[in-house]
Amino acid sequence: MAKSILVLAEQLRGGISDITYEMLGAGRAIAQALGVPLEAVLLGSGTSQLASSLGAADKVFVADNPELDLAAPETVAEVVKTLVDKTGADIVLVGCTNVSLGIGSILAARSQMPLVNFCRAIKVDGGGLVCTSQLFGGKILSDVKLADGRGIIGVYPGAFPIEQGRSDRTPPTEAIDVSVQPSKIRFKQYIEPASGDVDITKQHVLVAVGRGIQTQDNVQLAEELAQALGGAVCASRPVIDQGWLPLTRQVGKSGMTVKPRVYLAFGISGAPEHWEGMQNSQCIIAVNTDPKAPIFDGAHYGAVADAVELLPILTEKVKMRKG
Amino acid sequence: MNILVILKMVPDTVEELNVSADGKSLDSEFLRFKLNDPDEHALEQGLILKEKSGGKVTVIALDAPEVDDVLYTALAKGADRAVKIPVSQAGLGTKATAKVLSDFFSSGAGAVTPDTLVLVGTYAIDDLEGELAPMLAVHLGLPYLGVVSSVAASDHGLIVQKEFAGGLRGEFEVELPAVLGIQSAEKPPRYVPVAKVRAVMKSAKIDEVEIPAPTDTVCLDVQRSYKPEAAGRAEIFEGSPEEVADKIVDALAKSGVI
Ligand SMILES: Cc1cc2nc3c(=O)[nH]c(=O)nc-3n(C[C@H](O)[C@H](O)[C@H](O)COP(=O)(O)OP(=O)(O)OC[C@H]3O[C@@H](n4cnc5c(N)ncnc54)[C@H](O)[C@@H]3O)c2cc1C
Repeated sequence: MAKSILVLAEQLRGGISDITYEMLGAGRAIAQALGVPLEAVLLGSGTSQLASSLGAADKVFVADNPELDLAAPETVAEVVKTLVDKTGADIVLVGCTNVSLGIGSILAARSQMPLVNFCRAIKVDGGGLVCTSQLFGGKILSDVKLADGRGIIGVYPGAFPIEQGRSDRTPPTEAIDVSVQPSKIRFKQYIEPASGDVDITKQHVLVAVGRGIQTQDNVQLAEELAQALGGAVCASRPVIDQGWLPLTRQVGKSGMTVKPRVYLAFGISGAPEHWEGMQNSQCIIAVNTDPKAPIFDGAHYGAVADAVELLPILTEKVKMRKG
Repeated sequence: MNILVILKMVPDTVEELNVSADGKSLDSEFLRFKLNDPDEHALEQGLILKEKSGGKVTVIALDAPEVDDVLYTALAKGADRAVKIPVSQAGLGTKATAKVLSDFFSSGAGAVTPDTLVLVGTYAIDDLEGELAPMLAVHLGLPYLGVVSSVAASDHGLIVQKEFAGGLRGEFEVELPAVLGIQSAEKPPRYVPVAKVRAVMKSAKIDEVEIPAPTDTVCLDVQRSYKPEAAGRAEIFEGSPEEVADKIVDALAKSGVI
């Protein structure tokens, strides 16, 4: 029989990350079904105040300590492990975000709890849980059973609604004593995003290219369409990583969040990390050779076509229509 | 610096992926394998570090289809030594993989020296049980930082940049020995001509280091794997490229951008 569920709340620069509310919402649903309390742990400076926004939890453990801001993953994992040992929590939710990635794996390697990574859905099944994980860039889902209901769950950002984790209630808090060991990893400073290039967050039209564009030369085809439309070119991560476009053009989890009137996606599969950055575009038009590409699930319009072939034709037609 | 880069092969997602008859694993029949993207960046970052600060780069991989090509390519790019552990990666979860690799480090073939830096792709697309880098770090008793996008040597060890969201990064000081999960190298992975790889295949060799295969291959109970059901929200434009283009132009006009 499960004892409690623990959410590792995430904060960055004094703000609670969305993933925290997503996990609280997901955790609340399981807690209800299992009839167990939902607890959260929040680490870092100013967290005694920040904890008041985590009212979806029955209780929040707080370590208000500046040494825990961006502490090494092993330090955070150790705090969580100590807490799990103390409270007997059998389910731990950790975000699969850039900030928190790795903590769940360390916890799993150090404890007897298994980790189910990249989880998008959680269902109570008897006394256990079934977690649905998204693998292979969103092409495959796997249902994983935690038969005894014990485990660490790595929660994919964007998979659970934020609203369900918000609450006006002020949760009871308990300060936990954490003695932070000197770490071999020390946070020094923030490096702000580079500016100077086109600001893709300010464009009405974005022509986005993904790995399906295949070559650097083909990116020029997208550039021509963007010019015809009076917009700009942006890209998914693999294109940026190839150096075909500057980092300022990256859309997604580690890149920019954009909300243009039209987002044209060429050769982008629609991985959750990309989706995160463009889902609020007013109109999404996707072009992909794979009729089953996940991008079609969220796009408004789609075409199953070769981006490289379609781009020049489209550019011509746009020019003609504009006269 | 003693730089070790762990390379892992993963199914190429550009190909169609299918679930095999057991309903759980991937159908291997038409599967093509490629180096995990972030691992390619881990290698590049290792080579850049070597060029800037000196040292040796060793690449290590478990056995998998096409892995020899990947190891020879790494040598052609500038790695000093390539090691293949003849334990098949197929069906191994992250926990078991981390165990095999940590056994490699304690085998004498790859000791952790005070100047050791282990670079691993920060995640792989099949990391169901967790990411390899942090799990290996726990086995080796080393510090770990992930989602790293640049690494430079400094007086105290390393200066490392980690990515957050929206282009924001954090700078960290990391003491060696350490394990880093690389998200992207500070420069795009270098290209190496096929002819050079061929030449290396003739002149260099891959070391095989025997490590016992793990007894527990996976630690999770996968009940079912399947392709996500298309919610089918997109209205699909059919027809020839010309017709499709016309329909997209109509949609653009409707949105008021032309
Ligand atoms: C911590 C973390 C952070 C990340 N941050 C980001 C981020 O900020 N932004 C981001 O984008 N990703 C990010 N990713 C990576 C993300 O998981 C995906 O790997 C990435 O978005 C995939 O890019 P893609 O769609 O271009 O490539 P793929 O997934 O390889 O898709 C290529 C698509 O092109 C299609 N295609 C192939 N040929 C053609 C053709 N001729 N014409 C049309 N279509 C074609 C294919 O069918 C396929 O759907 C992050 C991952 C992690 C783990």
